[in-house]
Amino acid sequence: MEKQVYKKTLGVLPNTVSGFCPGCMHSTVHKLIGEVAEDLGYLDKLVRVEGVGCCGLGQLYVSHDSTIAAHGRGCAVATGIKRCTPESLVYTYQGDGDLASIGMAETILAANRGENFTVIFVNNCIYGMTGGQMAPTTLIGMKSTTTPKGRNPEEHGYPIHMCEVLNQLTAPYYLERVSCDTPQHVIATRKAIKKAFQYQLEGKGFSMVEIVTSCPTNWGLTPIAALDFLRDKMFAEFPLGVIRDKGAVK
Amino acid sequence: MERNLMIAGFGGQGVMTMGKLLAEATSESTDLQVSFFPSYGAAMRGGTANCYVVISDDEIGAPVSNNLDDLVVMNGPSLRKFLPNLKPGGNLFINSTIVDRAEVKRDDIRVIEAPVTQMALDIKNERALNVLMLGVYVAVTDAVPEDVIIKGIEHKFEAKPHLIAPNVDAFKMGIEVGLKEKAK
Amino acid sequence: MSERVFMKGCEAIAEAATRAGCRFFAGYPITPQNEIPEYFARRMPEVGGVFVQGESEVASVNMLYGAASTGTRAMSSSSSCGISLYSEGVSYMNAARIPAVYVNVQRGGPGIGAIQPAQQDYLQATKASGNGGFRMLVLAPATVQECVDMTYRAFDLAAKYQNPVLVLTDGVMGTMMEPVELPPMKSDEELAELKAAYHYRAVVGHPLGEAVFCRPGGIGGGWEEINKETVKMYETWDSEVEYEEFMMDDAEIVLAAYGISARISRYVVKALRKEGIKAGMIRPIKVSPFPYEAFDKLDFDRVKGILNVEMSIPAQMKWDIEYAVHGRCPIAESLRSGGELLTNDQVLAAARALAKEVL
Repeated sequence: MEKQVYKKTLGVLPNTVSGFCPGCMHSTVHKLIGEVAEDLGYLDKLVRVEGVGCCGLGQLYVSHDSTIAAHGRGCAVATGIKRCTPESLVYTYQGDGDLASIGMAETILAANRGENFTVIFVNNCIYGMTGGQMAPTTLIGMKSTTTPKGRNPEEHGYPIHMCEVLNQLTAPYYLERVSCDTPQHVIATRKAIKKAFQYQLEGKGFSMVEIVTSCPTNWGLTPIAALDFLRDKMFAEFPLGVIRDKGAVK
Repeated sequence: MERNLMIAGFGGQGVMTMGKLLAEATSESTDLQVSFFPSYGAAMRGGTANCYVVISDDEIGAPVSNNLDDLVVMNGPSLRKFLPNLKPGGNLFINSTIVDRAEVKRDDIRVIEAPVTQMALDIKNERALNVLMLGVYVAVTDAVPEDVIIKGIEHKFEAKPHLIAPNVDAFKMGIEVGLKEKAK
Repeated sequence: MSERVFMKGCEAIAEAATRAGCRFFAGYPITPQNEIPEYFARRMPEVGGVFVQGESEVASVNMLYGAASTGTRAMSSSSSCGISLYSEGVSYMNAARIPAVYVNVQRGGPGIGAIQPAQQDYLQATKASGNGGFRMLVLAPATVQECVDMTYRAFDLAAKYQNPVLVLTDGVMGTMMEPVELPPMKSDEELAELKAAYHYRAVVGHPLGEAVFCRPGGIGGGWEEINKETVKMYETWDSEVEYEEFMMDDAEIVLAAYGISARISRYVVKALRKEGIKAGMIRPIKVSPFPYEAFDKLDFDRVKGILNVEMSIPAQMKWDIEYAVHGRCPIAESLRSGGELLTNDQVLAAARALAKEVL
């Protein structure tokens, strides 16, 4: 007897080839979102609010409803959509410049209102499509096109930890930081997205899954070297794990 | 015929309520055109407050005017600030408890004195000074029939019926004062 | 006949929107339009709608973008310096062809300006409400009744063209009270029908193969073709040109004004007629598209002068009038700005002076 153990998710358009850079994790995350929504039977109710830059490339691949929010406004647009169609499964897909810099106000205030949607926050510490500028999450000493000598805390401040920032608020229901560098971590990311979506379907309110990823192109590293950097430096600055889970069984 | 009124005083003297009551009552019980335009200072409390009411049998142009037919001043600063905006032959109503008649340095207007702050204290209804003044105003100008305002008071206090009688009484008391002033 | 009620302009706008089927409002506090969000905060829960106090104008307009993209009738409002922050979201709504309504209750400017009324956003409203050179229908009410009627109509216009519609009013109209008759409340069935009609492009989730991609530009290309399609829509807007000619048949002096200035001008025209001056008024009811034809077709052998009446210094609508008149008669101005209000007397004096000069 043959048994199918894996199939491509219907959440991603068939016959597409990922155009993301080698070593980028966006395509993995897109796959996971599609798989989870499919598992939950919610692909036809799934609504994506995507940011600009590389996050906005996702529109070429996903098979479900989507719109593009102006830079930083994902949580505001998602607020409007979800409030008007509570039966939809709504998520924003945002990078670190989008969510933590220009969209800081929209993100924090949506979280503080406990808006019932899910934020998928892809944190690679740098602006991708615009060409490698410093992000609010850029590590100390890390070179970018706008910090050619490396991020200097005296001039540029320190990396912002969004999960921890939102953890200061009362309303958010679930905050977890994950990665996609190993099969184990991919499975953990899948579980985290599923948990966040389930909480949304249960009406629990705001959830954010922060996925710490690599950007070999703008880091100027090979995909393999970028993984080493991710594990050595990024995880040290942004430790993986559950920051808050109000639904956890005690 | 169009009639332009400005009511001015301290915040808390019921200046806005007076204008709104006149305008709303006119809207409800007559076929006249009417507009009410409030003008607030930037401070929420203790500043000056003023509003404009225009009543007309034709379409109303600007809801504000600096060529007023009637001016009601509830305090001294309002007199000093707005008296120049009253047209020659216009009616100036002063709250003579706290506004000094001697300060009115124009002889081309008609001055109606009504000590409404004192009257309100006398009837132990301190907040009624605006309704008292409205009575004076209506009696002197015949801007609208008395009944229109009485109906307006009844409507305004629908939810608090115990306040209808005291306000109607105060309004009628104002009418008495107004009629005496008119006879002068 | 419907009941005559005495309402403040801002509240009348909010009630008219509710009756037109608006079920989502997002806005941020700014004087002099606060009565609009405050009214919605009370009213929306009564009709099963949503009110959100946005954390900024930027957030509010983007909430509007999201809400309207679902096919829900949605609205926002702000004032002048707040409206400047709307430019991002409004441009996106044009690009993504999202039907939304927003209101500008104008105050003094530029900058923080004054909290008192003005008409200083004319060029922004009619020519460039955001990046990209898009256009919108812009309605300009001159009475509280028109605030009601035009807000009600704005939702149908937004739906018809799938494009944002602006109601351009000012702090006088917003805060003054006048008697109004309110339009009928759209039924839940009517609203369900409207929403169903939009479902094919609503961002609410669809079966596989029918997914909606609501795109305000971005990657993927083809935007020039889309711009050309949008221009085709603009070209149909000759039918949307809307203006009033008041006592124009034999007019020798023409007052040109919109909104609050138009109601003052109407009063002044009547006063001038009593003095034997043959005055008339042209009033754009929509300031975009602008009624150039109303000025272009004037008999300049008879019309000797135009008085542009606006609560803006410098004059702004004058640009459009000059474009249409093209030097065929002098255009004088009667203006205020920065929160200082026009009065009947000021405009009357300016019109008399013009008449004396040109007649």
